[in-house]
Amino acid sequence: MKLQKLTGVWIPLVSIFFGLLAGAIIMLLFGYNPVAGYIALWNGAFEEPYYTGETIRLITPYILSGLAVAFAFRTGLLNIGVEGQVLVGWLASVWIGLAFNLPMIIHLPLAIIAAIIAGGLWGFIPGYLKAKFHVHEVIITIMMNYVALYSVNAIIRNVLTDGSERTEHVAETASLKVEWLTQLMPNSNVHAGIILAVGAALFYWYFIEKTKYGFELKAVGYNSYASEYAGMSVKRNIMVSMAISGGFAGLAGAMEGIGNFGYMTLNNGFTNIGFDGIAIALLGGNTAVGVVMAAGLFGVLKNGALNMPLSAGVPHELVDIITALIIFFVAASYMIILFREKLTNIFNNVKTKLQKGRGK
Amino acid sequence: MSAIIDVLQSIIPSAFMFATPLIFTALGGVLSERSGIINIGLEGLMIMGAFVGVIVNLELYNILGSSLTPWVSILIAAIVGALFASLHAIATVTFRADQVVSGVAINFLALGIGLFLIKQIYGKGQTDMVQGMLRSTDIPLLSDIPIIGPIFFENTYYTNWIAVILAFVVWYVIFKTPFGLRLRSVGEHPFAADSVGINVNRMRYIAVMLSGFFGGAGGAIFALTFAGNFYQGTISGQGFIALAAVVFGKWHPIGALGAALFFGVAQSLSVIGSGIPLLQNIPSVYLQIAPYVLTILALVGLVGRAEAPKSLGTPFVKGSR
Repeated sequence: MKLQKLTGVWIPLVSIFFGLLAGAIIMLLFGYNPVAGYIALWNGAFEEPYYTGETIRLITPYILSGLAVAFAFRTGLLNIGVEGQVLVGWLASVWIGLAFNLPMIIHLPLAIIAAIIAGGLWGFIPGYLKAKFHVHEVIITIMMNYVALYSVNAIIRNVLTDGSERTEHVAETASLKVEWLTQLMPNSNVHAGIILAVGAALFYWYFIEKTKYGFELKAVGYNSYASEYAGMSVKRNIMVSMAISGGFAGLAGAMEGIGNFGYMTLNNGFTNIGFDGIAIALLGGNTAVGVVMAAGLFGVLKNGALNMPLSAGVPHELVDIITALIIFFVAASYMIILFREKLTNIFNNVKTKLQKGRGK
Repeated sequence: MSAIIDVLQSIIPSAFMFATPLIFTALGGVLSERSGIINIGLEGLMIMGAFVGVIVNLELYNILGSSLTPWVSILIAAIVGALFASLHAIATVTFRADQVVSGVAINFLALGIGLFLIKQIYGKGQTDMVQGMLRSTDIPLLSDIPIIGPIFFENTYYTNWIAVILAFVVWYVIFKTPFGLRLRSVGEHPFAADSVGINVNRMRYIAVMLSGFFGGAGGAIFALTFAGNFYQGTISGQGFIALAAVVFGKWHPIGALGAALFFGVAQSLSVIGSGIPLLQNIPSVYLQIAPYVLTILALVGLVGRAEAPKSLGTPFVKGSR
């Protein structure tokens, strides 16, 4: 898999540019003013403290789901199962938040750890199956997503509630909402999870770049045969990598569970946090800094988009098209490379022609 | 005896109904993956098909009338699906994009385009209900056969039977024609195929666009059988079940047909199971997750090992070997 090699900064930047350009062209085609559209988007993300709070709230799980996908990418694995891992993490955090009556200093960490473990387990299963039976993790994780979706719904309906659509609110002691943040950005759902998310990014950077385990995981991702020969256990590393990746995803679920919502509802479909995480990881080149920045971009785009229908009359779904195109461009980076080669060729041709002209 | 027939008469038609869009889409998936291109984008192709099918249906009903509209809708949806899938082909074949990531992008793009255009055209998040739904009928002559007739041919859809016939056609094409041989060779060993003069990239384009054709038809059939309109949740996971059917059916058209029918039974049981004495006590969640769990078991080898085409997921770069 060549995914690890997409670390050049300019491919994501060019992709973002092309994506936004395509968005502008679409707006023009449908008779909107692209400048007004993008200004509305920007205002929708930052104009008032409330908007900023909501943007940060959206960035929080994106950082974690991006890290989850990126972590697996580093080991050469594609974790499409982040969706499911988010759901089980969400459920676990809410479950702990409801079930116990503890002081905050124990209750809150317990809920967070439960989410990490739940997501980690949900990631470990495909890792184990991959290591043991050599089955492709993509298909298994997709299937695990649906198993999670329906099982979690069944647990909400039958275990956590009495046939209801929504759980109770978690105890105050298990909530990530903090007074000063809420006062800073009134009415928004911003919560202390953003600190955890940034902390997780630091952990990611430290683990991947500075520890022996991180090195082993990367080595397996680059060349599993060479790693095996060097005495590393490829199978163990696959399982560990998927479990840690799932742990990040589970934490992203906790952000929704005990941060944003404070409860869990039945889900008809996926949250898309995990699928967006794939885009974020790719765009961020699978590095901690890149993921945080890409998550920021996605948060701004998606939250800002909600203002576009009101201020500029542009349907907010436009942003879904833009982000999809950005993923396309990053994935097809070969196209951008070809494009650059063409450009440099033309440039060189012109240059040599000019020089020839001067020679005469 | 008659109780059993009653139960079958309630399960099988609805199972068949659920299975038909899956069969179409899964056949598309088989074609694409046999040529070596992973198609996670089946969901997006179905979304595109549902979107186009519903729009065409709404716009042309007054011109075409109730008998022709659904068929024209499905056909146009299939053609647009093929064109839309060509994006996946361009990205993965020509520009060597990671096939899974490109598929994910296809899924997002389809939903984004669909919802954006719905807002544009109708000014709201969902369309009105279409008038030209597919309608169930009794198939003449066959429905008069005792026992089998009422179970299979009464109150059934023509699309069901087209799907079954199509599965055999695809089987014939893949395994009995030169085109099929080329398709398979491209998926198994593109370098060998290239060395005997087969245009690998062209075959892959054709296969991916065929998967868009079938996926688009599948999505339209789903929308015109069940939902009747297009909104965010019209297609919710059917494409991924179809993908599961491809794998569970071991990349074989008839296998995919069987898997899709089986998943159809599971889906229909999870919906109507509470009315059936034996199944009343099984929580519906077990039936809901059954297709997915079974697919995992199939991959692990407990239900017979599933072996993917050898070059699945790798772009073909001429002379790189």
